[in-house]
Amino acid sequence: MTQHTRAKSQVGTPDQFTPSGQIQFGVFFQGVNSGTIWKAPESGSQTDFESFRRIAQTAERGLFAAFFLGEGLRLREHLGRPHALDVVGRPDAQTMLAALASVTQNIGLVATQNTTYNDPADLAHRLASLDLVSGGRAAWNIVTTDNAWTGANFRRGGYLDHADRYKHAEAFVETAKRIWDSWETPDGPARRVLHEGQHYTVDVTPRLPRSAQYRPVLFQAGDSPEGRSFAARQADVIFSAHPTFDDAVEFRKDLVERSLAAGRGANAVQIMPASEFILAPTAAEAAEKKEWVRSLQIGPQQAIAYLEQFWGRELSAYDPDGPLPEIDPVVEETSETRGSGFHGAKARQLADQWRAEAKDKGLSIRQFVTSKTARIDSTFTGSYTAVADQLAEYARVGAVDGFNISPWLVPSGLDDIVNHLVPELQERGVYPTEYRGSTLREHLGLEAPVRSADGAVAAARA
Amino acid sequence: MSTFENPGFLAIELDGAGWDGADLTRAVLAAESAGFHAATFTDAPAPGRANALQRAAFAGPVSRTIALVPEVDTVYTEPFHISTQLASLDYVSGGRAGWIVTAAEAPGAAAAVGRSVVTGAALGQEAAASIEVSRRLWDSWEDDAVIRDVATGRYIDVDKLHYVDFRTPAGFAGPGYSVKGPSIIPRPLQGQLPVLAPASLIGGVPVEAVDAVLVSAPTPELLAAEVRDVRARVGAGVVVVAELDLVLDARGQAAAARGASFDGGRAAFAGSAASLTDFLADLLKEADGVRLHPASLFVDLEELGRLVLPELRRRRALRPVVQDGTFRDLLGLDRPASRYATAAAAPAGAGK
Ligand SMILES: Cc1cc2nc3c(=O)[nH]c(=O)nc-3n(C[C@H](O)[C@H](O)[C@H](O)COP(=O)(O)O)c2cc1C
Repeated sequence: MTQHTRAKSQVGTPDQFTPSGQIQFGVFFQGVNSGTIWKAPESGSQTDFESFRRIAQTAERGLFAAFFLGEGLRLREHLGRPHALDVVGRPDAQTMLAALASVTQNIGLVATQNTTYNDPADLAHRLASLDLVSGGRAAWNIVTTDNAWTGANFRRGGYLDHADRYKHAEAFVETAKRIWDSWETPDGPARRVLHEGQHYTVDVTPRLPRSAQYRPVLFQAGDSPEGRSFAARQADVIFSAHPTFDDAVEFRKDLVERSLAAGRGANAVQIMPASEFILAPTAAEAAEKKEWVRSLQIGPQQAIAYLEQFWGRELSAYDPDGPLPEIDPVVEETSETRGSGFHGAKARQLADQWRAEAKDKGLSIRQFVTSKTARIDSTFTGSYTAVADQLAEYARVGAVDGFNISPWLVPSGLDDIVNHLVPELQERGVYPTEYRGSTLREHLGLEAPVRSADGAVAAARA
Repeated sequence: MSTFENPGFLAIELDGAGWDGADLTRAVLAAESAGFHAATFTDAPAPGRANALQRAAFAGPVSRTIALVPEVDTVYTEPFHISTQLASLDYVSGGRAGWIVTAAEAPGAAAAVGRSVVTGAALGQEAAASIEVSRRLWDSWEDDAVIRDVATGRYIDVDKLHYVDFRTPAGFAGPGYSVKGPSIIPRPLQGQLPVLAPASLIGGVPVEAVDAVLVSAPTPELLAAEVRDVRARVGAGVVVVAELDLVLDARGQAAAARGASFDGGRAAFAGSAASLTDFLADLLKEADGVRLHPASLFVDLEELGRLVLPELRRRRALRPVVQDGTFRDLLGLDRPASRYATAAAAPAGAGK
């Protein structure tokens, strides 16, 4: 696991990008996925407030910058029915974060909220509310939600093509920024904000003043070129999916270029990839723990179900410990029915490719699926000291600004990180030893935002 | 009808606590320790007012017994979001959440979301549709849908999750819409959150769709009679709550001199704590509960907590506050079974 740290890569040119030499942690309470283990006896409720309180308070004890909640506005499905094998069902992000605001003091509260199924004035108001009740700790993780069936839950329906979603998102975010910037003085009053666009019209006199951190911090999660450029123009932090060292360095270079092209500084957008940690006192124990974690994440039924998504048919007759099914998929195009990341690959081609790959490597269905699940790439496995050394190298180079940790156990999943990894990192001088201030913007060391331009009606952009 | 053998409850509107977390905590704890049964959070557009549902959520973990009841608009907000936010409020408050449905003629709210303004009878239709969507989504996970069955690898029993397939009815005045479901959060702790609506909406909103009505009158003198009228109209199964603005003699100043201005279209009481106590004791014989809107939250709350509630309790006009009770418990409502629960699975004699 130390091969990444030996890479000699540097990021950008020194006059452009300056590594902070520090890393921050966030916790990503995903809720819905196969990463969170529910089968272990120590796994708690995924909906009770106490689970959330425990994770948030542990993270705060570990000086985490932020607590993240994901969002999904339609349940994942499998062969036309809700998917039964993973954790499913989670509270609304902002409602939960408002509750957590009253039992935490410092940690940032990040709500994943999508731009396609919300109204800008309403969402901006709710985020401003969260920012104020929390004393300047709110952030918005901007997502565009590209799965087609989510719209069936909304009055608007599924009204945007994938390609239009970022255009819409950008107009949405600019409108939100103008709403947050509209309060003239500490006592008000607010300027009226007007937007006329292709997808919606907004005419609102905002109700709330600026918070202690001026306005909510903006995170963005999306990885396509459009998504990255959008983040480079609009966001403070990008929630990436590139935690391995070389990938992270590449991603940093790409984002620095995009930030400069957008007319912002090379350090303007911070990077916090999603990640998973499997830690123990020794490397051998960590490796053993990883086996155990994976066996609970991808059990026999999950392995079969994973293939069924791509085969488009029931495969329950197949032995999870045997080879991949020899029968062919029934669909031409695979569809994203469970929120996983594979689009449009020709199913038959994919099946042939996978069968060959599994045969080549001598993998059973279960082993193959375990190797295919994306989380493998985002996992730091090892002893506390080895992983701390590894992360210190990320900090030195500036590959990332921090990691969004997805605990595989709720609610105790951060305990070993906070109790053992954080002190190791502090000893190495790469992790905060106290909160820098009281707002999320201060924790992250972000500049106060430039007030967005005035103007009666913004040019129609979307 | 409420009598001293069947005492009532008191709710307090916490609007004056603003957006600051410390003020909100202070207000909800003051209301809870004063013995109020419920706190409400108003949400009509006004400068300085943060989102009601989030203020209620913030109050959840710092309080213990008081019900938390935000106003949430049904006309210009997405029903799916409303439903999941309210269900989440129920989780973060341990089953103490309720919902005051609002549907107002609001050109500003319409312009903010780029829709044409909804008026008249169409308001009731919008509200009714939103309530129906929420209720179906709350039921869309049966209570025991999360099974965590390690042997079969199933976290949920898919047979206990249901598509709600809501469609606005024929003759719907606004743009029709549909909602597929199921909810993205398991069934709320209370099963169904209590739904409260202003009596003026009843008709447009079927009375069976609500658990309680809020009754207003132009003056305090007319309030009891109005409560009786509404009770006759809505029937015995619906909780009746009277709305009252108030300003009390406080801190050496007469109520009249405190310069309160009320514009909520509600009966407004001005006077001493003792005369308010008498007034409420009488009113609670007619109404199941009273929602108080103090002119100045902290000043009037102090008087209420010190003088009014203790005396009302002494006169046995108030229900005891139940530790770890739900809002439904307070209102005397059963916990209903999910409408989608199969007959075989439903516990005998469960709910409506
Ligand atoms: C690290 C990461 C986390 C994400 N989390 C969520 C989420 O919680 N909810 C959601 O709807 N989409 C989430 N997304 C999806 C993105 O918002 C976006 O819809 C998707 O990545 C497609 O956009 P892209 O083509 O630019 O990558 C996430 C994406 C990334 C990279």
